[in-house]
Amino acid sequence: MTLTGQRPARVEQEEPGNRPALSHRLAERGIDKLLLLLLPALVFALVLFVYPFVYGLGLSFQPKTGGLFGAYVKFFTDPSVRGLDSIWVTLQLALPAALLNVLVSVPIAYKMRGKFRGKRALTTVLVIPITLGTVLTAEGLLNFFGQRGWLNRFLGLLGFEPLQLVQNYWGVLWSLIISGFPFAFLLILSYLSGIDPSLEAAARTLGADWKQRFRRITLPLLAPGLAITFCLTFVLAFSVFPSAILVGDPSGSTRVIAYVAYNAWGQQFDYPLASAAAIVMGAVELVVIVLVLIWRSRMYKGSTGGKG
Amino acid sequence: MSIHATSFETLELENVARSFGGQNALRNLNLSIRSGEFIALLGPSGCGKSTALNCLAGLLPLTGGRILMDGRQIDQLPPEKRGFGMVFQNYALFPHLSVEKNIAFGLEMRNVPKAEIKKRVAEAIDLVQLGPHASKLPGQMSGGQQQRVAIARAVVLRPPLVLMDEPLSNLDAKLRLEMRTEIRRLHQSLGLTTLYVTHDQEEALSLADRLVVLRLGEVQQVGTPQELHEHPVNWHVADFMGYRNLLEGVVERVHGGAVTVSVLGTTITGSTREPLRAGDAVKVGLRPEDFDIAPAGTAPAGLASIDATVEVVEYQGREFAVEARSDAGKPLHVRTPRHVEPGQRVTLTAAQERVLVFPAELSPTASPAPELEAAVL
Repeated sequence: MTLTGQRPARVEQEEPGNRPALSHRLAERGIDKLLLLLLPALVFALVLFVYPFVYGLGLSFQPKTGGLFGAYVKFFTDPSVRGLDSIWVTLQLALPAALLNVLVSVPIAYKMRGKFRGKRALTTVLVIPITLGTVLTAEGLLNFFGQRGWLNRFLGLLGFEPLQLVQNYWGVLWSLIISGFPFAFLLILSYLSGIDPSLEAAARTLGADWKQRFRRITLPLLAPGLAITFCLTFVLAFSVFPSAILVGDPSGSTRVIAYVAYNAWGQQFDYPLASAAAIVMGAVELVVIVLVLIWRSRMYKGSTGGKG
Repeated sequence: MSIHATSFETLELENVARSFGGQNALRNLNLSIRSGEFIALLGPSGCGKSTALNCLAGLLPLTGGRILMDGRQIDQLPPEKRGFGMVFQNYALFPHLSVEKNIAFGLEMRNVPKAEIKKRVAEAIDLVQLGPHASKLPGQMSGGQQQRVAIARAVVLRPPLVLMDEPLSNLDAKLRLEMRTEIRRLHQSLGLTTLYVTHDQEEALSLADRLVVLRLGEVQQVGTPQELHEHPVNWHVADFMGYRNLLEGVVERVHGGAVTVSVLGTTITGSTREPLRAGDAVKVGLRPEDFDIAPAGTAPAGLASIDATVEVVEYQGREFAVEARSDAGKPLHVRTPRHVEPGQRVTLTAAQERVLVFPAELSPTASPAPELEAAVL
């Protein structure tokens, strides 16, 4: 094979001083026509997220009375709104639900990392609640836990008093756990599968029993994943609305913040108040997430693939 | 130096076997390891050498046979109780721990006092010459440095046995040579009994006191590098030991240890240790460096010779690697200091004791494991 037959390529040198063409220099910085592919996503985000958010934010500062912060003042101080209470109620539901989902998922995912017979079937069973809507879950809860549900009828046969498990805090918590668990489980399973199994094998040959292996190797490598999983399931649970009404007690113990916003919008037609409630809701979520991420930033976050 | 091996007298592997879902990955591995020895398990990928290592470490339970350390059965012990050091192919360093913490990990698990941990870790870091990197994370280091950390982490525990699973296969050629010397040096200075798995015969020959060649889960030959290099028991071992020319032929006559074989349209006389008879199908093994190359027609009389045409010549420093095609159409590999040109007609000769003749059939190894013994476990 020879290269001599080939003519030397013509070098374009319109500019003096060997400066590469502008398009070339832009491409070096990652700017080229491929960026146009981002356009649909950008439009989508602007129209469906940024604009409504900014609109709602603006609305929350335009109450009929009370000046710029009137809606917020009303949210926090008006005894008929009881905004502060609703934040507290929602946190009491969302934090335990998210925490429990993460904590329960870890041992199950830990056991399910490896290959074993029936793994797919078990995963399917664990993940099915994702496909159920909140309404279907609520219906199931009512049928099972309700005043005249199977559980209470069974307890009645045994001569026990019926338990009040729905139409209150516990019903909503159950519903949040059922709908949040599959997310937590799938996320943690994928984080765990990303940890090189030879790390645990190495720890074993160095004399670590399973508790030491979990505490010293697996948990530190998994912690950032746990933080993210907690954040996602928390946000999911914090915006609880349908189940708070269907299996909860929306005028009392499960008067969640989303319900307050809905009430302001749909019953009192106070759009600024509803917007203020939504903005407060977002702010609380943001505070919790920032706290978790600060904790996470102190962890090792690099590769977990064994080679470091 | 306080890093030295806690030792045993002998470690016996008796008919060690491992199967995966009915597939035998390892069968009838019998091996007696003496304290301080460096043993290499050698074989192509899928031959069961890594399985053997994992069985010994305790990471894989045996499906047959026993492992005895000074007469005490240890194959039921979990790896964390066995206390063998292991160096993994991918290093398996803990990515969230610094070099020091990685090396200290095993000592901490053994509840060694803090002051002693500090002292021994510092010694181990010195030993592998990683002083300036002690507080780095593994991800900030090169492959060779990571491998040193992995070795330090294993030897700091003074294990009775160090298991190494192809520790050099992820390194580039130059680093591999350096680390090879390093491992040999460590072995010599610490006297660590080592079992080393590799598919690289050169690595095995240069490092090991004894070699175990495996094929399809069965031991083919156990012996010193010299024994294996000069007297491979079958053509498979010969293939691994650098007999690149394995020519199929048929025995013409046998005279004591000398066999005359018709091969490539001519006859070659070689030596064998097997009882062969005229008409047996055989493979003739010849190392590239054992050929003598001469211009066609100038071969000394009396020696078996093959006429061939030079096809490829590679310059390799002091020698040339030559590929010549015999007149019967078979490519032959030759190493020679003599300069030849592609297209040149040559005659290849080889001394009788350098030509090894093996039965073409690979005989099934030794005796099958007694069923009874397998059933006891």
